[in-house]
Amino acid sequence: MKHDITLTVNGEPYHITVQSHHTLLHVLRDQLVLTGTKNGCSEGECGACTVLLDGEPVNSCLVLGVEANGRAITTVEGLADNGRLAPIQQTLVELGGTQCGFCTPGVLLSAHALLQRNPNPTEYEIRAGLVGNLCRCTGYVRIVDAVREAARLQQASATS
Amino acid sequence: MTIQKTTIVGQSFPRVESNAKVTGAAQYVDDMQFGANLLYGKLKRSTVAHGWIKRIDTSKAKALPGVRVVVTGQDYPGLTGLYLSDRPTFAVDRVRFIGEPVAGVAADTPELAEQACELIEIEYEDLPGVFDPEFGASAEAPLLHPDLMDYACAPFIFRQPGTNISNHFKVRKGDMDAGWAEADQIFEHTYYVPHVQHVPLETHAAVAQVDGNGKITLWSASQSPFAQRNLIAKSLGISHSRLRVITPYIGGGFGAKAGVSMEGACVIMALQAKGRPVKLVMSRAEEFYTTFVRQGLTAKIKMGMTADGRITAMQNTYYWDAGAYTEYGVNITRAAGYSSTGPYFVPNVHADSLCVYTNHPIGGAMRGFGMPEIHWAIEQHIDRMAERMGLDPVQVRLLNCLKEGQETVTGMIMHPTGLSQCISKAAEAIGWDKPSKPSGPGKRRGKGIAAMWKAPAMPPNPGSSSTIRFNEDGTCLVNIGGVDMGQGALTIAAQLAAEGLGVPISDVRVNTVDTDYSPYEWQTVASRLTWSMGNAILRAAGEAKQQIIEMVAEVWGENPQDLDIIEGNVVSYATEESVPLKNIVVYGMQKPDGTWAGGPVVGKGRFMPTYVTPLDAETGQGPRAVVHFTTGAQAVEVEIDEETGEVQVINLVSAYDVGKAINPDMVRTQMEGGAVQGMSTALLESIILRNGKPMNPSFTDYRIATAIDAPVSMENIIVEVPQDDGPYGARGIGEHAMVPTAPAIANAVRAAVGVAIDSMPITSEKVWAGMRNDKQ
Repeated sequence: MKHDITLTVNGEPYHITVQSHHTLLHVLRDQLVLTGTKNGCSEGECGACTVLLDGEPVNSCLVLGVEANGRAITTVEGLADNGRLAPIQQTLVELGGTQCGFCTPGVLLSAHALLQRNPNPTEYEIRAGLVGNLCRCTGYVRIVDAVREAARLQQASATS
Repeated sequence: MTIQKTTIVGQSFPRVESNAKVTGAAQYVDDMQFGANLLYGKLKRSTVAHGWIKRIDTSKAKALPGVRVVVTGQDYPGLTGLYLSDRPTFAVDRVRFIGEPVAGVAADTPELAEQACELIEIEYEDLPGVFDPEFGASAEAPLLHPDLMDYACAPFIFRQPGTNISNHFKVRKGDMDAGWAEADQIFEHTYYVPHVQHVPLETHAAVAQVDGNGKITLWSASQSPFAQRNLIAKSLGISHSRLRVITPYIGGGFGAKAGVSMEGACVIMALQAKGRPVKLVMSRAEEFYTTFVRQGLTAKIKMGMTADGRITAMQNTYYWDAGAYTEYGVNITRAAGYSSTGPYFVPNVHADSLCVYTNHPIGGAMRGFGMPEIHWAIEQHIDRMAERMGLDPVQVRLLNCLKEGQETVTGMIMHPTGLSQCISKAAEAIGWDKPSKPSGPGKRRGKGIAAMWKAPAMPPNPGSSSTIRFNEDGTCLVNIGGVDMGQGALTIAAQLAAEGLGVPISDVRVNTVDTDYSPYEWQTVASRLTWSMGNAILRAAGEAKQQIIEMVAEVWGENPQDLDIIEGNVVSYATEESVPLKNIVVYGMQKPDGTWAGGPVVGKGRFMPTYVTPLDAETGQGPRAVVHFTTGAQAVEVEIDEETGEVQVINLVSAYDVGKAINPDMVRTQMEGGAVQGMSTALLESIILRNGKPMNPSFTDYRIATAIDAPVSMENIIVEVPQDDGPYGARGIGEHAMVPTAPAIANAVRAAVGVAIDSMPITSEKVWAGMRNDKQ
């Protein structure tokens, strides 16, 4: 069965027809060709497909496309502002928090959401905030460093 | 070697491709767009561990509308393999592991492909299986490959006729009787390592398409585009020039994407697809047991030691649980043989490293290539002996570890190495001599250390090449055949090229691999790119630089010796003249008389080690077994919860001799990532196999370390004892970073609670049970 839906992705409105059984991940990658969001397991365990649904991080492989009707989605392609990297993107580059890069889009959105709800997280809160995002390359060290530094940058720009 | 002054080498530049990776712009195979014509492939897999295929009926699948291709082993019966051609792309007559491809389908949608696979009917007749390598090596075991001796095979692999042993690497060195007689204590013990999986976040992915001229293009998430071209072309009996392999960014490899696994099946389906592209992507479950896994190991170690801690003799037997096909695994067995003592000087050695066929998933290359497995045994054994003798584990290692000029186990003379420094520095950084203080009641702490060595495991003559071309604006393109799977090859290539040319790194672009346009590289494995490909890049840069300088010298009427390139300008030390590279590197330069010099600058470079020698089949001895060894050590502090047995890694120190850190921060990120992967395998990971059936092929049941599991703190120490033939003295570090982690943790657990764990992983249950037994 097919459904006509309306959704906003990275600020852009879309009117599309989706199939009942297609996930939001499928809709993003195969219909909208926003391939930044990755598929690592298709069962909600690895976090590579993390996107923000109305600001909250979700595994897009566990959300049906039709559930996104009327909602706002942010993917990795929507984090930079007119080519200017978001603080967490910038610190991940500078501190070496990306290696193969396949978990990176999901990590970025989980970290972004964490910093939105908790602008000054502790070390443990950062690690707990990333627990749903598996990374096999970095050992998480530089990712945690990058989130801490992004929090500092955001605080600094908020107070200046 | 002379110390060269560098401006770019030795600096920690961020990765050259980072921006693409943090914005979602980096394209991986599954991200590439092939249009509405794309077919989706799916493999029908064996459900039995060992059996005859009595009947395959594909008629229902073929009849399903939207199904375009159905192939079986009867269509393409050729065998393939990197060192031993023992593996069919699709099973013919017989299946040897659960998950083995028996048929392949390509259809208009993934749903149809799945449905078509279910419609293929296969009838098997079960055969008795081999599920333990020691049994598999015995005379009682059923033969899994009766045709073993007929397979094409590399000359340094020693098959045993009439057995399941596809390689037997022997070491017979010194006088064992004398070695045992000299020992004050002899201790023998057996250790086990389960199968684990690499778990790259991107599963294997491939797309293949045949054009109207019969040219096949394979887009592949591969560490080995050239080896894939070679092996697939040979298995299909087609010319290498008919196959083109393109590898964009890849989402991790760790050895899983070395050689060929499912890519051949994708090409075979494309050959039947009438020009339509066919995509094949592994599910996570398929990734866990149908591509490559790390082999299991049963290791028997017998060691003699004098009262003052000197190792007098070692007798080691390694039974490798190599799986159904050992095309790659045979060389892991060999690597374990020529490294069989660990990084120690041992005068008397009797070692047998046996590659044994079992009805388990296919063992392949995984980060460390046999070294994490044998070091799990050796490095625990040393500690247990030291304890029996009342000796300090650090001192025993410092006494026995290989020093420059000593003979290795195969009779090769050890090159300059910083191994002693690594052991000392790791011990110092962990506070070896200071007591550990638990964080509270009910907790106990301990420290452990382990040393390591590893050589690039490869044929004697794997080649690298590189070309450098300039653009009009003075920027340049570096072409390589090596793959950046996350380790940073593109950045290291850019730094070496920039340093060699004398241009800013921002003026250098490095291309990903396309075998039609990139120069040859054997494979991205063995931690060999920085060293081998790095040499080729430096030579290409040197040739390009020479072309530029000779042109300018001719035009200026100067001696080329007086010219140099600094930050993208040719400068003369004699006349202080200067000219930017812009324009002259493509258009040449006009001479005072109005004529021209130069032309488009193209530098080319190649490198291949030429000095590795064969080893004797009966003794394992020979002058030069390998190109070199990277050495190092890790020290850890753990805290154990007495109630639960849970092990937490508090502090983890890594120290490795990398020769020269081209990019120190990227060396440290290799150390960190490797240490956490090592920790994850040590504490959490195991593919549970029951009669060949994988019981936990999902992230729910096969857990890998998360951000919370990672050590509380980590320290990374870079030691630099230069490699004589490395670029600026560099040697590899990618794999080594996880080699000593598991035994270091095991040694720390023993120090903390007195529980010895013979069998990986060190689960809370095992530690808890061990503590309980102690109390009884």
